[in-house]
Amino acid sequence: MDAESLLLSLELASGSGQGLSPDRRASLLTSLLLVKRDYRYDRVLFWGRILGIVADYYIAQGLTEDQLAPRKTLYSLNCTDWSLLPPATEEMVVQTAMVKGRFMGDPSHEYEHTELQKVNEGDKVFEEEVVVQVKEETRLVSIIDQIDKAVAIIPRGALFKTPFGPTNVNRTFEGLSLSEAKKLSSYFHFREAVDLKNKTLLEKADLDPSLDFMDSLEHDIPKGSWSIQMERGNALVVLRSLLWPGLTFYHAPRTKNYGYIYVGTGEKNLDLPFML
Amino acid sequence: MEDSTSPKQEKENQGLREVEGPWEEKTAASPQDPDPQSSEPLEAEQVPETGPQPRNSPPWSPQSRASTFLGDVTGQEASPPNSPPQQTSSTPPLTLAEQDLGAPLQSGRTTTRIPDAGTPLSGSLEQSSDKRESTFHLTRQSEENTFPEPQQPKPDLYGLRDPSYDTSKQKELRFDIFQEEDSNSNCDLLQSEPGASEVTPSMLEVAIHNAKAYLLRTSSKSGLNLYDHLSNVLTKILDERPDNAVDIIENISQDVKMAHFSKKLDTLQNENELLPMYEIAEMQKALFLQGNLEGADQELEEEIAEGSLPNVMEAAFYFEQAGVGLGTDETYRIFLALKQLADTHPIQRCRFWGKILGIERNYIVAEVEFREGEDEEEVEEEDVAEERDNGAIEADEDEEDEFPKAFYKAPRAIPKEESRMGANKYVYFVCNEPGRPWVKLPSVMPAQIVMARKIKKFFTGRLDAPIISYPPFPGNESNYLRAQIARISAGTHVSPLGFYQFGEEEGEEEEEVEGGRDSFEENPDFEGIQVMDLVESLSNWVHHVQHILPQGRCNWFNPVQKNEEEEEEEDEEKEEKGEDPDYIEQEVGPPLLTPISEDLEIQNMPAWTTRLSSNLIPQYAIAVLRSNLWPGAYAFSNGKKFENFYIGWGHKYSVDNYTPPVPPPVYQEYPSGPEITEMDDPSVEEEHAFRAAQEASVSAAEENEETEEDEDEDDD
Repeated sequence: MDAESLLLSLELASGSGQGLSPDRRASLLTSLLLVKRDYRYDRVLFWGRILGIVADYYIAQGLTEDQLAPRKTLYSLNCTDWSLLPPATEEMVVQTAMVKGRFMGDPSHEYEHTELQKVNEGDKVFEEEVVVQVKEETRLVSIIDQIDKAVAIIPRGALFKTPFGPTNVNRTFEGLSLSEAKKLSSYFHFREAVDLKNKTLLEKADLDPSLDFMDSLEHDIPKGSWSIQMERGNALVVLRSLLWPGLTFYHAPRTKNYGYIYVGTGEKNLDLPFML
Repeated sequence: MEDSTSPKQEKENQGLREVEGPWEEKTAASPQDPDPQSSEPLEAEQVPETGPQPRNSPPWSPQSRASTFLGDVTGQEASPPNSPPQQTSSTPPLTLAEQDLGAPLQSGRTTTRIPDAGTPLSGSLEQSSDKRESTFHLTRQSEENTFPEPQQPKPDLYGLRDPSYDTSKQKELRFDIFQEEDSNSNCDLLQSEPGASEVTPSMLEVAIHNAKAYLLRTSSKSGLNLYDHLSNVLTKILDERPDNAVDIIENISQDVKMAHFSKKLDTLQNENELLPMYEIAEMQKALFLQGNLEGADQELEEEIAEGSLPNVMEAAFYFEQAGVGLGTDETYRIFLALKQLADTHPIQRCRFWGKILGIERNYIVAEVEFREGEDEEEVEEEDVAEERDNGAIEADEDEEDEFPKAFYKAPRAIPKEESRMGANKYVYFVCNEPGRPWVKLPSVMPAQIVMARKIKKFFTGRLDAPIISYPPFPGNESNYLRAQIARISAGTHVSPLGFYQFGEEEGEEEEEVEGGRDSFEENPDFEGIQVMDLVESLSNWVHHVQHILPQGRCNWFNPVQKNEEEEEEEDEEKEEKGEDPDYIEQEVGPPLLTPISEDLEIQNMPAWTTRLSSNLIPQYAIAVLRSNLWPGAYAFSNGKKFENFYIGWGHKYSVDNYTPPVPPPVYQEYPSGPEITEMDDPSVEEEHAFRAAQEASVSAAEENEETEEDEDEDDD
């Protein structure tokens, strides 16, 4: 959610129950402004909160002019001091795939797990048990990245692409209409398109290249991993992800208010197919 | 030319005077009132001849595209015209302007000649004020009857055109604009005819008309024409005044086009879309209406007011400090809904238990305790099941002994706990949204709890949805919901140590099958615990809901014991089968009011996380407990008060992934003996061998007989 409309956004996203306490809210309002100034970001998003055993991580993201460029992620333990996180790499994702369980809340905590690795020594090849240590910071980075790639969403029309390349915020976006708001196809993943190239030309013929340049939620696997609900009658549409429980996206149709927030334990719900 | 110029001059004068109006408070304007009327008859003649006059505009209009036009306007507003000289010098500038058509076009837009500057300035000012008005005029170009209307909405902005002026100048000014716009798009036309214009203004006019006609041509596809579209776009821009309009001009143009089409559908679609919103608003409005306060009801009210309704807002305030909550408005609505529930049912106590999220809809859960003797009787389904069991067994016995008798006897269903005991201590009501009617959830059966432990399913939000799972869940979503609520309550409802105490000690020790003490009451002498203590040590919190045994009940029920006491037929069965164990171990769970420090850890992680609500102001902070076993369960305490709350999906946390249980092995139904054991059919070789052996034995027997006969014969 945009740091500028934090209060309203928190109010709209409160249907999921987890929000922020007043002191955190107050400190966020001030500290995010300072972050924006210091790092010279175009927009600062409050990404959410990852609940740890000992402490919680508060995560913010900064965007530059080009909305689809890789975002910089910052974290804080107390909503006032923010530290930049390194960008996520493939290696990190592989490393952290083995780590299970909750986040501790201490960024320097190390998870240990033993792995069987093939070690070549001369002519002999044998397996050794290697204890691999993964820092919690790395795990944090890769989880945030995974969540972003999987479930960060944006309504259709909120961003548009210019022929020169950069993606901009669409200032004439007036919100989705009610009928559009109930369809999964009006929401896009907030990341570079992956599926788009695989579409047939027939499907692409109806798309508007300036607006439809991201993947829509329709073809997400597993099907049914999104729950769409209208709250307050038809005045608010809330999407909750069932794959990463804790991610809430809200949008008030016909207005410009939209945003998403993640408040959860940072674990993927791998039991989803059983639960549907 | 003279004739034509003079009326044009007049017009121009009028224009100038018009322009002066805003800046000079109509000092000059007043004597000119009669003029408009006189010019009216002239207007008709001059309609086709307004070509040359607006030549004032082209000098800067070709260079002023839509975006810079505004800059133009502002620039020129800043330099108010030298109005007095304009009146006198109107004639020469006019002709000069005509002659200088070509030059200004190629030079910059800033005024090149001072006399020219006078008229171009005035003309542009005219235009500028015009332009803003044109936002209204242009949209009504086709209708030439609406002269007075457009002017009125913006008199304050430009201070001041009198409608009388405008009516007369309308056409003329509009044509000014027309020409200006035309010239925008046709500057090359104009540029190519600088010389020609002085000589043949009619050709220029013709060109302009052609250009205008081209712009007005309707598109065969969409029914729009460029003229209208451009004027709409500029209207929108001037109305909304976005920043950097030039960057988003394409989007605005697109939006205008879309708006043009979507309007027609609005009347149909809007109705349906807004209905649910109005419905729920109506329902919620009913919440806000005060109940009837008649005399007879007042006593009831007093009774109820004693303690049945909790202070939900206060609890919500504390939970908000912890970062948990539904938002103030929503919580207030839930509060009112609870009040409505308390008013309509005879309730001793009720509590806002929490919110369970579902796929299509969510559940708001209220925990309710009915008054003594007031709760409704439930249908005894369990007895029916028993009878069915017995019937089946009898049927088996009646059937002949031909069929091998099945060993299998369905395990006796464990009876559910009575109301107000154990897992059914409270009754739960749910609704989807505050304002909707409350629905009572059925009591929970032990079998349902046992099964609920084995499956993991999302709630859909509809109480009658079937639960399709393996192992099959006995019931639909309302039963599953009730079972999960029971599990969550048993696992996460905690209170500070000492808040509750056991009732008066009774003589006997109640360590029987009925389990430990299951009743508690508030401790009137509770003095509160320091918040810091509550945060630091988990032993200061205790469970105040009974733990649910693996059997599915809180108080253990011995199925074997009952067998012996009742159902003599079953005794016979038991003797026959002899496989039931005689003694099933009693299941024991932690007794009531055990501290939560005794809770099992999950993979080296404590079952609860404690936090202080605020590190910055610790003296007023409250202690917040968060369950790691049931994510979404919270409890807070400020030392004296406490409250539990749940918000989440309704599932337990497990580090490993859920694996559905494996189907049990095929049960051996009947004793296996030689008469029913299967044997393989003999293969061909075996059959041959058998036959050969048989034949051999037969032939051997025959031979023996023959030899015997032979021998007999021989003997004789």
